[in-house]
Amino acid sequence: MAAPPRLSKMPISPRRRQSTIKGYLVGVVLALVLTAIPFGLVATRALRPIQIFVVIGIAAIAQAVVHLRYFLHLDLKPSSQNKLIALCFAGVVLFILFGGTLWIMFNLNYRKM
Amino acid sequence: MLGKLTIDALPFYSGIAMGGALIVVFAVLGVVALVTWLGQWRYLWTEWLTSLDHKRIGVMYVTLALLMLVRGFIDALMMRTQQAVALNSDGYLPPGHFDQIFTSHATIMVFFVAIPFLVGLFNVVVPQQIGARRLAFPFMNSACLWLTAAGAALVMISLVIGKFSTAGWNAYPPYSEAQFNPDVGVDYWIWAVLLSAIGSMLTGINFLVTIVKRRAPGMRLMMMPLFTWATLCTNILMVFAFPSLIVAAALLGLDRYLGMHFFTDGDGGNVMNYVSLFWIWGHPDVYILILPAFGVYSEVVATFSGRRIFGYESLVYSTAAITVLSLVVWLHHFLTMGAGSDVNAFFGRAAPLIAVPTAVTIFGWLFTMYRGRVQFTVPMLFTLGFIVTFVIGGMTGALLAVVPVDIHDTTFLVAHFHNLLIPGALFGYFAGYQYWFPKAFGFRLEEKWGRRAFWAWIVGFCLAFIPLYILGFMGMPQRLNRYYDPGWQPYLIVAECGALFILCGIIFLAVQLAASIRNRAALAVPTGDPWDGRTLEWATASPPAAYNFAVVPHVHGIDPWWAMKQAGATAPRPARFHDIIMPDNSSAGVVLGAMSFVFAFAMIWQIWWLAAVGALGIFAAVLSQTFRDHAEHRIPASEVEAIESRRILAPALVSGAPT
Ligand code: HEM
Ligand SMILES: [Cu+2]
Repeated sequence: MAAPPRLSKMPISPRRRQSTIKGYLVGVVLALVLTAIPFGLVATRALRPIQIFVVIGIAAIAQAVVHLRYFLHLDLKPSSQNKLIALCFAGVVLFILFGGTLWIMFNLNYRKM
Repeated sequence: MLGKLTIDALPFYSGIAMGGALIVVFAVLGVVALVTWLGQWRYLWTEWLTSLDHKRIGVMYVTLALLMLVRGFIDALMMRTQQAVALNSDGYLPPGHFDQIFTSHATIMVFFVAIPFLVGLFNVVVPQQIGARRLAFPFMNSACLWLTAAGAALVMISLVIGKFSTAGWNAYPPYSEAQFNPDVGVDYWIWAVLLSAIGSMLTGINFLVTIVKRRAPGMRLMMMPLFTWATLCTNILMVFAFPSLIVAAALLGLDRYLGMHFFTDGDGGNVMNYVSLFWIWGHPDVYILILPAFGVYSEVVATFSGRRIFGYESLVYSTAAITVLSLVVWLHHFLTMGAGSDVNAFFGRAAPLIAVPTAVTIFGWLFTMYRGRVQFTVPMLFTLGFIVTFVIGGMTGALLAVVPVDIHDTTFLVAHFHNLLIPGALFGYFAGYQYWFPKAFGFRLEEKWGRRAFWAWIVGFCLAFIPLYILGFMGMPQRLNRYYDPGWQPYLIVAECGALFILCGIIFLAVQLAASIRNRAALAVPTGDPWDGRTLEWATASPPAAYNFAVVPHVHGIDPWWAMKQAGATAPRPARFHDIIMPDNSSAGVVLGAMSFVFAFAMIWQIWWLAAVGALGIFAAVLSQTFRDHAEHRIPASEVEAIESRRILAPALVSGAPT
């Protein structure tokens, strides 16, 4: 085939492009901050261990939300029903996996002692 | 300069290891020489290796799986032979070597045979079944293929340079930690698994999106063919399960490379955490391997009974139920590990629940056959062989779930999971391979050699694994390199004979392929619909054009192609053709895979400069693909019309497929 005909790229209006770049930057900054907090806490041991655990857990969940919101552009608008179903299903599965892991780990721990 | 790599890594220490290494080296050199001699490098590169066409990628996946099946089987045969002779003696394999072999056998079978085989079938079939022209992410598909191939290449090169892991396919710490296993073996395992697992996770995402977003107009979820349903559920499992394995392997790597303490015995590490992470993947993985086979069986049964599948809805719900249950019950692998009785009670009962949807599925097939006129083609034989043997497997699974019976960690367990994985998965892939081969290549596979292969496999399977059930009751532990109980040997010799039958099965499959290629003119399927099929993939040409469907069909129910044939319509031919836009080929996938191989190999041997080169290469490949502005081309309507008018259309109603 001779030189394939060119395809026009999806037009992106300048305003939209700017807003996405801004969104990505905000996301990166938030992600970095949320990474720095746990590492900082562990390095300095500023809190008691159990408190550090809790903060790390919260930072991890927040991190996931930031990724979904700023990088995968998920929102809770009802327009995207598929997304919502997928998100709910993921939530349930993650709950089972995390809950089950915590259950078994504490159970084993308890029996070891 | 070369990290841990020295001349001692070459296998001069053992004749058997040297033999293996030489076979690998000569096989690679032979293939290179052959392609050069035929002058086909350019063709191979432009038409296959760099192709983003999902059918071609699928064929390459299946080729990879079949090649690795040979390697994985040779491992199995070596173990069988060792156990057949090692009564009161060392046999011919030293313990370290035996351990490497059962580790590599299982790693290969799970990651480089089963997964590529089923992903290959997805690729060839699913887009056509849903009336799509391409996958949602064609480049990612190619990248995943080459990541998987890079992982397989790592396992292969470990035969030549260094040794593979001896820690079993699950690489449990603390034995797999640097303290007990300072050699590169476990690192080979970690990197091979990482590359393959990343590829599988991304593949799951790719097909999930494709099935959700790219179905033909009118095809509601409850109209999808059962193979597509199986694929969808498998993809969901892949997306949720593989990250867990990736994390487990990566954290084990951090322990080994950077002296961290995730899973070490002391310093706050916890071995059980690894076990949990591993089985969060490992348990669903069994269903990742089995569900696609179930999907194949459903298609095969419907087609060769010549009627609509019985109880379509209940089969769909069963598939979904298996999916959800399999995500929940991974903790039953703690049954033997001292979990509290409430944990045991819950999961001891939850695991057998899965028998219910499985039974529903099997009855669906039986009723379909009962009501139809069954043609005993090779795919159908594999299906029937599966049904018979799987019933045995299911009953033994129930025995295993009865916690107090102490047969865990014996050869009973080995027999049980091979019963799930050989008839339950491998036979399904074989059935799919036989069934869709004419779809991909335009000619059928020989029946005669196919039947012989089937009989060799099924007889071999029974001979090889029924003795292991018995040995399990007699108390023979798994992974045994030598033993002192003369009562075991007769059973192990029978098992060896079984393995030899399976060897014949593999040889017959190869003969079948060669004979079919030679007779391809006689076996050709000019209409593209050799079996009088029901689902949309048979509406395209065989082999299909790059774009699959010149006109995307409208779907009004299940079995749309059957409905079209009943209505007297053949492949839809429009008044006017339109331009079709397809993705361009890309070499970035191959480069990505090659560079991942370089990176992983360098990390294994701790050659840091080479690792940097590999990492840069990976980055460059991804970047170049990301910034390609014109990654698609337009096939003009005139060309589409030319291709379509060359096609011989199926007569409106094909009566009876060739048997
Ligand atoms: C083709 C015929 C096959 C034969 C003859 C065979 C034979 C064997 C043998 C002898 C063992 C060692 C048992 C022991 O520990 O005492 C083994 C282990 C294993 N095989 Fe197979 N196998 C076959 C196919 C497969 C397939 C298709 C799969 C998976 C898809 C598979 C997965 C495994 C696994 C996971 C192990 C456990 C390895 C370990 O202990 O770490 N095998 N097999
Ligand atoms: Cu399990």
